[in-house]
Amino acid sequence: MKAWIAFWNILAKDFRAYYLKPPNISWGLIFPLAWTGMFFVRSGAGLDSVPVLLPGVIAVSVLFGTTSLLSVTVTFEKKGRSFERLLLAPIPLELLMVAKTGGAILFGIANAFVPVIFAAFLMDIWVINWATLVPAIILIAISSTFLGLFIAVSVSEVFEAQTFSNFFRFPMLFLCGLFFPLEQIPAWLRPLSYALPLTYGADVLHTSVRHVGSMPLTFDFVLLAVFCAALFAVSLRNIRRKWIA
Amino acid sequence: MIHVRQLEKSFGEVQAVAGGDFDVSKGELFGFLGPNGAGKTTTINMLTGLARPDAGTIHIAGIDCSRNPKAAQHLMGVVPDESNLYPELTGFDNLSFCGSLYGMARRNREARAKELLGRFGLAEAAKRKFAGYSRGMKRKLTIAAGIIHSPPILFMDEPTTGIDVASARQIRQLIADLNAGGTTIFLTTHYIEEAQRLCGRIAFIVQGRIVRTDTVEELMRRTDGRHVVQFAVSNAAADLCDVIVGEWPSLRCQAVADGQIRVESPEPVRVGPLVRLLEDRGAEVSEARKLQPSLEDVFVEITGIEAGAMKQEKDKSGKGGGA
Repeated sequence: MKAWIAFWNILAKDFRAYYLKPPNISWGLIFPLAWTGMFFVRSGAGLDSVPVLLPGVIAVSVLFGTTSLLSVTVTFEKKGRSFERLLLAPIPLELLMVAKTGGAILFGIANAFVPVIFAAFLMDIWVINWATLVPAIILIAISSTFLGLFIAVSVSEVFEAQTFSNFFRFPMLFLCGLFFPLEQIPAWLRPLSYALPLTYGADVLHTSVRHVGSMPLTFDFVLLAVFCAALFAVSLRNIRRKWIA
Repeated sequence: MIHVRQLEKSFGEVQAVAGGDFDVSKGELFGFLGPNGAGKTTTINMLTGLARPDAGTIHIAGIDCSRNPKAAQHLMGVVPDESNLYPELTGFDNLSFCGSLYGMARRNREARAKELLGRFGLAEAAKRKFAGYSRGMKRKLTIAAGIIHSPPILFMDEPTTGIDVASARQIRQLIADLNAGGTTIFLTTHYIEEAQRLCGRIAFIVQGRIVRTDTVEELMRRTDGRHVVQFAVSNAAADLCDVIVGEWPSLRCQAVADGQIRVESPEPVRVGPLVRLLEDRGAEVSEARKLQPSLEDVFVEITGIEAGAMKQEKDKSGKGGGA
């Protein structure tokens, strides 16, 4: 019970201090809208391109929303040493880090629905399979947030968090099959594609929105869950090794 | 309350703490005194669970913290050497949040936050963001955050470093009051006078090693029967010391600063003959004053670290704060 009081207050504090700040809300809205508009204009295929573009824009919104904010906020608190307060709290490290990442996960999920709402005016969104789309968005948000955590634990400066994030994010976007089908990616790069969590998230998003996927849904969900667990475990190990050394 | 045996910690080639043994009793105010880089913060980090010891054992209230540091964290309050609260939260929200980390229910933590803001003279600044506080106010709020959950043990790392004299005095009074109220306090400082005023027992730590642990009274006993007179002179102090010791070999003489010599004797120092001797040698003596031997003298004697080096630490660590 006492640990849960800490959990909810860490989550609420982060929302108040970071995620509900006007610049972050406007960034969370403008960023997905800008991506949507950019790809829509670039495709030149008119409204027919919306269902094709929607999975990619959802994934980009979640990936950038979660990794940017989490890696920066954790690095910022570590640099200012306020993170030590959390490490000194009598709650298990696992629960503490779930609380710390929970805000970014919810922020990422909210970001994902910005392009979906935008698309509702341009396409028939009832063709979407919501039963697979929603869990996919949640798992993509969790895996991206934990990737942000992994990045935050690996760097010591706030600017490093951003540059190191891009080292993962941009190759991931082009290799995960969101904008280019996996079959079009050179064979020698394809093993790298299958080592990325977003590849499996993108596959579920394509299946949910356009009913075309290259892998079984169960396989995608299992792999996404495995990536979430692995990234969280590695980040916790690194926190214990580097921050409680 | 705190039992530490053979504590060791290295960072690469540097041995930060080397085989420290000490005990702190319930209700005691225990001082850890040493220069910057002596291993004080590393020791506190190991005691509170922010760092893992390479060797040794830590027991706090009977809990083996070397194996499970989380298990005793509910008993501890920690005031780090930097005021590390959340700049974007108000003073009140910071305290309330810190209370929540220890599982305090909303009503309890808010009532306690109000009480502490009043007690620390911060009630009027309760709704201001921490980022806008002065250095002294930040330090006081950081101490308040450390005791929001009324811990029986409080770890304080350099609580008065880098703040103005008035705030430092207030904080020292708060520390004394907390201890009088029954809180066991582990205090690190490089201010010798602060340790002397506040602490019941003191450990001297130098280069990671605890060189002496004792009560202030016992430490000061080393100075019993010692008489010290300091002279302000116009000439080269070191040369004059040679003259004095040449005349009276039982005296100890030290050039402590430019134009300052300190004469020590097991017998009361007769100032007249000394002044006459110095004036005969062409020195102009402008002042002679009897010094009360201090803990600083004991520290210098035991550790071999000159008082000047500790004073430099004060200067390096910012303005004021000195005891």
